[in-house]
Amino acid sequence: MSGNGNGLVQLTAKDFKSDQEVRWCPGCGDYAILNVIQVFMPELGLSRERIVFVSGIGCAARFPYYMQTYGMHSIHGRAPAIATGLAVSRPDLSVWVVTGDGDALSIGGNHLIHSLRRNVNLKILLFNNKIYGLTKGQYSPTSELGKVTKSTPLGSLDHPFNPLSIAIGAEASFVARAIDTDKKGLTEVLGAAARHRGSAFVEILQNCNIYNDGAFDFVREEKGNRIYLQHAEPIRFGAEGEKGVVQEADGSARVVEAAAVDETTLLVHDAGQREPSLAFALSRITFETDGAVPLGVFRSVERPVYDDLMSEQLDAARETSGEGDLAALLHSGDTWTVA
Amino acid sequence: MIRFAGDSGDGMQLTGDRFTSETAVFGNDLATLPDFPAEIRAPAGSLPGVSGFQVHFADHDILTPGDQPNVLVAMNPAALKVNIGDLAKGGTLIVNTDAFNDRNLQKAGYGSNPLEDGSLADFHVHEVALSSMTIEALKGIDLITSREAERSKNFFALGLMSWLYQRPVEGTLAFVEKKFAKRPEIAEANAKAFKAGWNYGETSEDFAVSYEIAPAKLEPGTYRQISGNTALTYGLIAASKLSGLPLFLGAYPITPASEVLEQLAYLKHFGVRTFQAEDEIAASGAALGAAFGGALGVTTSAGPGIVLKSETVGLAVTLELPLIVVDIQRAGPSTGMPTKPEQADLLMVMFGRNSESPVPVVAASTPAGCFHAAIEAVRIAIKYRTPVFLLSDAYLANGSEPWLIPEVGALADISTEFATEPNDGETFLPYRRDAETLARPWAIPGTPGLEHRIGGLEKEDETGNVSYDPENHDLMVRLRAAKVAGIAADIPELEVDDPDGAETLVLGWGSTYGAIGAAARRVRATGRNVATAHLNHLNPFPRNTGEVVRAYDKVLIPEINLGQLRMLVRAEFLVDAVGYNKVRGRPFRAAELEDAITALVDS
Repeated sequence: MSGNGNGLVQLTAKDFKSDQEVRWCPGCGDYAILNVIQVFMPELGLSRERIVFVSGIGCAARFPYYMQTYGMHSIHGRAPAIATGLAVSRPDLSVWVVTGDGDALSIGGNHLIHSLRRNVNLKILLFNNKIYGLTKGQYSPTSELGKVTKSTPLGSLDHPFNPLSIAIGAEASFVARAIDTDKKGLTEVLGAAARHRGSAFVEILQNCNIYNDGAFDFVREEKGNRIYLQHAEPIRFGAEGEKGVVQEADGSARVVEAAAVDETTLLVHDAGQREPSLAFALSRITFETDGAVPLGVFRSVERPVYDDLMSEQLDAARETSGEGDLAALLHSGDTWTVA
Repeated sequence: MIRFAGDSGDGMQLTGDRFTSETAVFGNDLATLPDFPAEIRAPAGSLPGVSGFQVHFADHDILTPGDQPNVLVAMNPAALKVNIGDLAKGGTLIVNTDAFNDRNLQKAGYGSNPLEDGSLADFHVHEVALSSMTIEALKGIDLITSREAERSKNFFALGLMSWLYQRPVEGTLAFVEKKFAKRPEIAEANAKAFKAGWNYGETSEDFAVSYEIAPAKLEPGTYRQISGNTALTYGLIAASKLSGLPLFLGAYPITPASEVLEQLAYLKHFGVRTFQAEDEIAASGAALGAAFGGALGVTTSAGPGIVLKSETVGLAVTLELPLIVVDIQRAGPSTGMPTKPEQADLLMVMFGRNSESPVPVVAASTPAGCFHAAIEAVRIAIKYRTPVFLLSDAYLANGSEPWLIPEVGALADISTEFATEPNDGETFLPYRRDAETLARPWAIPGTPGLEHRIGGLEKEDETGNVSYDPENHDLMVRLRAAKVAGIAADIPELEVDDPDGAETLVLGWGSTYGAIGAAARRVRATGRNVATAHLNHLNPFPRNTGEVVRAYDKVLIPEINLGQLRMLVRAEFLVDAVGYNKVRGRPFRAAELEDAITALVDS
């Protein structure tokens, strides 16, 4: 840590490493994510004490222990609720939630959607590995139908959640996706999330090399299947930009050979569109449906922030009623005096 | 002692409330018992839809809302049927004759009209055509329909009762004007109905006498009437001021606790943040998150919500952060009887968590007592960095009594200090404890140099780092237990009221305080000796509790459960305490406790 001459602290990735030994399985995608986030942290321009990481339970939830910031490793699924109380009562802090697919979408599904619809100033990072890792390999709410795991030897019967569709359905004001090993893409998304005021939801595709190895190889390894969304740009991808995305009359989006359609019919990405329909349509493009996966910022719109609204209510109440006077409160209503 | 009873849409709670206010301002001591159905509007005229409000007032100090009303105001046959069994023989019964038509009689299950069949011969019956007289009195107010006019009949009844007991009327008239300010014609109607009721009492020969009950002799000072939920709300606000910590309430609506959320939401100028969460779990989680950030984190609920908060309380136990968990108990199990009181959550708050997770428990014993109980719960939570359960119940929550308003300056400072510096050379050890309290430092985010991580995993002593070491776990389990047990040195001793050197002790906790006190008075009046003691701290017990219970040959523990405190006392002190247990969703009557105590004293 060193000063940069203007009174601000210039931090480096090293400043964000705690003294705890990192204990994920060797080869886990979480290492890559931890590394990118520690490198990214100085970009926040905040001193370490202003940053808090809150997690629930699961492999990803160990994350706060490895960050030299304030942190809480809490209860399964409840991190968004706990972080809400912290963020709302301490608007001076930068509060990050680290969660997994089971934590955020099974046991904590309710807290996730409600924090998103309220637009609490939280940055929620969902490490999606489509499996329960910490409990040693049961299927998760993002596992594909028919997934054979320890708890589903005959295949799972559950239709999976699409995390981005859930977030957009909850009218999250910021929704993005990145890949654990894609340093550049992940860093860009983290930066955009940090700059966004309100809830920012980021799905990070993360490889569990022990219980679900290769689950995202189609986009992690095969870079041609990555659709990098760029605001205000026509959506094109592939090694030569030979593929694109068009929107159908029913509002859905699908991948096409760019050469097969008129250039002007290619969908131009608009992350700032108020209506969530476009972002939702993009979230429905998956490897299973189109053989490709959109990445980057799907949606980024401004909406009143819960924390700000609450602070404003307190200020307004003090303005109209004056600073609370306890004696006056106790004497409110009918009183009488006994001599 | 008066009970107003009618349909849940008849405004009985409002009527009772106003009569209570008039009575309080007049200077009588009083206690109230609202009794209403959980259904917002049960079918009109039906037995389940009957809503009642009992006021007990006197020229001396009183301890309970009373067992048997002397006066019953019954707005319809169903109200009569539900309540007549409680009316004292020779008591006064005022009935709204307009409601005693065939249809209503049938709905209430009366084969014949009790006003005509002689079944009410034991009572002084006053037949008053409340509905039609109200409508008649309101003729001339253009803007209201006769249906609306009829709805003012509760104010006619209130006016009549106010005359009968010579209550001051100004408060009610001012209240009506303010409450119905948006519909001045309704305000006018209610005020007119109220005056008409008063005048009817004065002119009707039916009511020959009006009663004057002189003001009670109370300690000098300024008083107000206060309900348990309001006292609890004010106690939390006071605790926030006294601790210097901003109040954060996480809550999910639930009877009978919602009122605290609603009242605090009106008090944002005290810096209160109220968060109506998506569920009970999030409500407690958010409160704990706020506590991590240095706020006074509070979550309020009733039993069915408290069960959902168990995991958060467990986390707070191991994080060692202050958290106030308010359980306003109601009858269960499960949804049970939402508006009815019970004391059956004691063992849940004591033990309802996984593993060894001790939590201090504070219980209020009177409606006004909720104020100091809230401050005490906060004091313990902050000083010892621990979650604390604060127990109230539906009876305390809705019941009210006069309250000698405390001087704000006389309330004790309960502030604490956040950690600001490393506590081990250059290093900060988040689990290094204060030698006296065993509390750990509270270092809030935003404090430079004290960045640390806490969590639900077992922690190494002092460093707080994750540890699976067997001996360390044993040590931490014992340290957490010792910290809570040590609070016994910091709470008042159990006081015993034993004027005559009795052999029998009645030990109580919570809202049975009034009934036990009233029963003991009656028993002593018969020349028998009995001692009483009441616990306001259930965990840890006051340090002399064992000494007290062992000093008596016989110990009776009346509870509105099947013997939960009794189980704790027997286990902890090896004393063969006996119970008096009734779980009806109603407070004890002094008379039944009198019988139980007498039987034990004489045994």
